[in-house]
Amino acid sequence: MAGEKPEAAEVKESHPLDKYLRIERFPHIFCPGCGIGTTMNVFASAVDDLIKQGKLNPNTLAVVSGIGCSGRVAGYLRFDSFHTTHGGAIPFATGLKLANPELTVVVISGDGDLVAIGGNHFIHAARRNVDLNVICIDNFIYGMTGGQVGPTTPLGTYASTTPYGNYEMPFNLPHLAVSSGAVYVARWTTLHTRRLKDSIKEALVKKGYCFIEVISPCPELFGRHSRIGKGLDMMRYFQKYAVVEENPDPFKADIDFSGKPIICGKFVDRERPSFLETMKNFMDKSLEQTR
Amino acid sequence: MQQRVILEGMNFWQGDIAIAEGAIAAGCRFFAGYPITPASEVAERLSARLPLVGGIAIQMENEIASMLAVIGASWGGVKAMTATSGPGMSLKMEAIGLAAMMEVPCVVVNVQRAGPSTGLPTLWAQADVMQARWGSHGDYEIIALAPSSAQQCFDLMIDAFNLAEEYRVPVIVLADGLIGHMTERVIVPPAKEIEARLVPRKYTKRPTNDFLPYKPYDGSLVPDLVKAGDGYYIHTTGLTHDERGYPQMSAEAQERLVKRLVAKIRNNAKKIARYSLTDADNADVIIVTFGMTSRFVKPAIEEARRQGVKVGHLRLITVWPFPEWLIEELAEKVSGFCVVEMNLGQIFYEVERCARGKARTVLCGHAGGGLYEIEEITKSILDASGAKLKVKM
Repeated sequence: MAGEKPEAAEVKESHPLDKYLRIERFPHIFCPGCGIGTTMNVFASAVDDLIKQGKLNPNTLAVVSGIGCSGRVAGYLRFDSFHTTHGGAIPFATGLKLANPELTVVVISGDGDLVAIGGNHFIHAARRNVDLNVICIDNFIYGMTGGQVGPTTPLGTYASTTPYGNYEMPFNLPHLAVSSGAVYVARWTTLHTRRLKDSIKEALVKKGYCFIEVISPCPELFGRHSRIGKGLDMMRYFQKYAVVEENPDPFKADIDFSGKPIICGKFVDRERPSFLETMKNFMDKSLEQTR
Repeated sequence: MQQRVILEGMNFWQGDIAIAEGAIAAGCRFFAGYPITPASEVAERLSARLPLVGGIAIQMENEIASMLAVIGASWGGVKAMTATSGPGMSLKMEAIGLAAMMEVPCVVVNVQRAGPSTGLPTLWAQADVMQARWGSHGDYEIIALAPSSAQQCFDLMIDAFNLAEEYRVPVIVLADGLIGHMTERVIVPPAKEIEARLVPRKYTKRPTNDFLPYKPYDGSLVPDLVKAGDGYYIHTTGLTHDERGYPQMSAEAQERLVKRLVAKIRNNAKKIARYSLTDADNADVIIVTFGMTSRFVKPAIEEARRQGVKVGHLRLITVWPFPEWLIEELAEKVSGFCVVEMNLGQIFYEVERCARGKARTVLCGHAGGGLYEIEEITKSILDASGAKLKVKM
């Protein structure tokens, strides 16, 4: 305040969210401008809120990742964390959750891992409505292996395996998740940190298969290949083209990176008994009949 | 509904059912699988039985998912298994490597059929022996057991789960389509007797703030386990890792970790290996069998003996680890080995390797699907002894 002597800035040795990170593993492998760190930060912050509200026990939170840049997230979070095979996070998480239903199981991985090599697992876990939270950090490219085309790479993008431009139509992930049976589907970009945090909090306490797509910059590979540019340029693109809608139509949520709006928001938030609830219901009914 | 967990007493089961019941008796409470001939009956039986004894059976979207779900369930604190056959086994191999690397106790049943590829789905073979040992990439060691009767299908499932817990490895049960679908008498011992034999999971007693998940504190080669939710905040990965479970991309870390993974089986091979060796004293020939071939050879052994050849019988119960020392020792004493296996040479090459040229080695094998003529086995025994054949082929 004017006239008052400013207090000396307090030097903090650690960040309040450090307790959720395996700080001894830092520096992390993520490139400058990458959105994975932002997503991890928002996740830790969402978890912190829920723990403080008594809605989540950190001891029973398990994080499962697959392979790739986003697959490394499990290795940096200080919870029971599992770094599995390429595409294998969801079925691994399914076994973990069914073996111990007390756990809150979160899958954090990338687009290539979850919907290319793991695509079959993605749709079947949604169909079964296993009680999982799947966070897909979608950066539109294979980052770790050097910028190859992925299942969400927009048409025409020059990737290292599409030197003439990508000629395959990309997945529209909210549409895929909604039509596969997910009970909660949302999409945000890494600019929407507050809304992303709210979504993660909603998903973590909701029963059933919840899916959140995080549109994330990959300046080193996707940014370069798509000519969108560096991290800041990609964030500017999100700022310009991301549109937050109330009850958006998943059918219209495809992304082209050519000026079409990136539709963000909560696509569905519906109730359907989870795998374990359905199993119990059918068993009870069946055994009642044979009694 | 009150459901008996262990079906004590006399039962009349096919091998696949005995496998399922053996698993339940061993404490298995999670099954994930995918339909495949001739292993589907394991999944069907467990789908009916597991939910009634407090377990879960789930049919996954494919074989890869089944294996991964088993690994996940094991980290969740439950004894877990899957069952499959040739093509499914090939698909599971990457995840079996993950189980070896993460050191996850679990059991994988391979009811072998003739391959390669789709092969003969309804007919048997024993041609996945080397796959069981070497199927996933990289250096690692596993344990594999081969049952030769429905009774053994039951009994060896208990051993398989025990060994998986003791050594923190995936254990493979190499059954085959013949035994899987053959119905026989199975005597289930009293539940108390079985339960007394079960090896509990080696959960750590260390405090949460002083525990490294890949450090064997007890001086053994097998680290203590924890399960998700215990408050240890463990990290585990398929990447080469240090004692904290953290990735370490170095030749040194690789050397330390993979040498331990291999040593925990190799150094204990004599303790783990199980076999039966009969009539070996003064034998001219040792006939080597495992699984179903153990039962075919009896009339041929009798015929060879009538012709003056002293025949001993080595029946492998664990095919991996392979009892190398035993073959080396026997090779000093006998004229030859006759390996009877339903493939074109797998254990045969192990026997040949360990005999080191000191004894003849003869393979009596086929590509799978059919049965043996007694005469061809007799001929192979006589060949191994160096004697001339006196029977008409």
